[in-house]
Amino acid sequence: MNLNQKQSEALKKFAPQIESFSRPALVWVYFLLIPMALAAYALYIQVVDGHIVTGMRDNVVWGLYIANFIFFIGISYAGAVISGILHLLNVEWRKPIIRVAELITVIATIIGPIYILLCVGRLDRLHHLVIYARLQSPITWDVFAISTYLFGGLLFLYLASIKDFAIYRDATELKLQGWRRRLYAALALNYQDTPEQKKSIAVSMNLLSIMIIPLAIIVHSVLSWIFGMTMRPGWHSTIFGPYFVLAAIYSGTGVLIIAMWIFRKVYKLTDYLQDKHFINLSYIMMTLAAAYGYFTFSEYLTDWYSLEKWNGEVIAKLFDLKEYGWWFLFANIAGILLPILVVAVPKLRQPNIITIAASLMVIAMWVKRYLIVVPTLESPLFPIQDTRTEFVHYSPTWVEWALTLGGIATFLLLFTLASKFMTIVSVSELESEKHA
Amino acid sequence: MDDSENVNPSTRRDFLNKLGTLGAIATCGSAACSCGSGASHEHHEVGKKVKLLSPDGEMVEIDESHLRHVHKTIGVSREEARQGIPGKKFVMVVDLAKCKNARKCVSACQKMHHVPEDKEWLSVKLMKDNEQASPYWMPKTCFHCDDPPCVKVCPVDATFKRSDGLVLIDNERCIGCKFCMAACPYSTRVFNWDEPVVSPELAALPYSPETSVPSKVGTVEKCDFCPDMVREGKLPDCVTACPNGVFYFGDENEDVVTNGDETIRFSQIIAERGGYRYAEELGTKPRVYYLPPRDRIFPVERGLDGKSEELKARYKDILNPGKEGV
Repeated sequence: MNLNQKQSEALKKFAPQIESFSRPALVWVYFLLIPMALAAYALYIQVVDGHIVTGMRDNVVWGLYIANFIFFIGISYAGAVISGILHLLNVEWRKPIIRVAELITVIATIIGPIYILLCVGRLDRLHHLVIYARLQSPITWDVFAISTYLFGGLLFLYLASIKDFAIYRDATELKLQGWRRRLYAALALNYQDTPEQKKSIAVSMNLLSIMIIPLAIIVHSVLSWIFGMTMRPGWHSTIFGPYFVLAAIYSGTGVLIIAMWIFRKVYKLTDYLQDKHFINLSYIMMTLAAAYGYFTFSEYLTDWYSLEKWNGEVIAKLFDLKEYGWWFLFANIAGILLPILVVAVPKLRQPNIITIAASLMVIAMWVKRYLIVVPTLESPLFPIQDTRTEFVHYSPTWVEWALTLGGIATFLLLFTLASKFMTIVSVSELESEKHA
Repeated sequence: MDDSENVNPSTRRDFLNKLGTLGAIATCGSAACSCGSGASHEHHEVGKKVKLLSPDGEMVEIDESHLRHVHKTIGVSREEARQGIPGKKFVMVVDLAKCKNARKCVSACQKMHHVPEDKEWLSVKLMKDNEQASPYWMPKTCFHCDDPPCVKVCPVDATFKRSDGLVLIDNERCIGCKFCMAACPYSTRVFNWDEPVVSPELAALPYSPETSVPSKVGTVEKCDFCPDMVREGKLPDCVTACPNGVFYFGDENEDVVTNGDETIRFSQIIAERGGYRYAEELGTKPRVYYLPPRDRIFPVERGLDGKSEELKARYKDILNPGKEGV
């Protein structure tokens, strides 16, 4: 493939990033292997000893794992919705950031379902989900939705990368081992940048970005219905589908901002991931924060105002500073007010501050998922009347924390490896930017 | 499981009662099997002989110590266990006026289903409906709802609703996702968080959703209304164990329920005594009806007599602030 000047520059710039592992990169990878090894050990313990090693018991049957599951599927929206929508609207500034966004989608969609598997008591019977599948169960919906979504996300990432693979294949100036060049050649599917090929990719990308948006919406709606379809206070809410979808896009945007900030710092990509990208994304984040805040307010106001008995018990736990009050406050201040405030004040609207706000927001969104899962399960309709504290109050064990950290480490590791495999900014896309 | 538990008096009574019934053949068959399986040498003979009908129709006499508690081995196929007993519609009536938290139902249930003491398929709650109301004891079984939220959400059809009204679990199909536990509004279901303690004899029993024995790690279980007993025309264990006749069990189609001593017309007692179902507004249509705790036989404190500190501590939230109401 012939490269224009801008692409050649970019390729030169990214060469060290994909050619080899620098020493710090290697240290980083080894560092990530520590929590992953710990998680592997925790998983071994859980498989051998049973779920007794977790903090989950008969009342709080789900805990940290499910919160992580919602969280990871949530951040996967970065690519699916953000890049999907921006692609459809043909927003020019999206081009340098779509690769990062799509990687988040694929990697988070791989990690997320692992957490639901960790909640399953009999992993040896997973095939029952297929051979005895019951269409009535929201879990079956989830199995279909998430696997389709993961496939769609992978396809979206792949289609968007074919041109780049062709560039790596042909770029003689890149010092690549033979096997890697052969791999890129295979992945490029003989792409030669002919008008016909260009058109095929453009059409497929358009089609996929149209499909991936409803697919993403379905995935998180179905996920929310695991909770919404039950008769539990705090879960049985008609707005749970859209509420979860919105929360997902919102937290996905936050993770996208953080990832961009890190790559910009580590690979010195200030030319490509510019301030305007952060500011544009921060506008999106602020809008979503307002919408999310509205949903949150609406949800809790309704429960609190009518104060139906069982809903009232959950509300009381969330508002009580001795129970979940501080967490609830943190989730709403850092998760809603802070991002709005930071973006609203022009002086604060800078990449570093936006990223800090996004980081706090992402943590707050994780806390919020925890607050959706646990207080409800601690408030069954019948009084618990049990003297075993672990049956009354859930507190995660080291096994659950180790597997949580392990999941985050795996996410980061896969991201690091992906950034060694392909340029973190789509080189081929830079072409059209020049002509535009 | 120690021997004394396997050879309790009720075992023999159950066992002899089964003679002559269809179920007896299957029962004897499995007893004979386990005798021959080599497990028998672990028993010390007590010298007391028991007459039994062998699967071949012969009368045999064996030492009582060879008797094992085989209440949980009924030879119905997995298919039948999913279908239910034809023509029946089981229903339970719990008379709250008679309950004094004797907890005999709890221990009988645990014993018969071989579950440990800290696992309660049947629990007794202390309820207080409002600030003025006085607390009352409320035994809580599975409600075997006609519109069961647990069955709706099961992804693998491991928990199912039968034609006779029972909601059962197939613990060989259950994947342990616990969705049914989250969906059940009544906290009925329990999970095997670790490997359950199962004696070799128990482990050798053929599993059936009708017996729920043996338990398996990583699966859900719950009160099953003892369908294997019911199939033989006997009452569930909690019903017979209760010293106060709190539980009435029967068939809604026949419109009859009994607590073992007294047999009453189901529709009549519900109408006369103001029978209700817990949290009717949820629309789950439970098959367990409660008779309000009116004209109670025992003061509520009697339920704490002789109970361990642990048991008393369970109810402190209700008892302490509610003293004036008692």
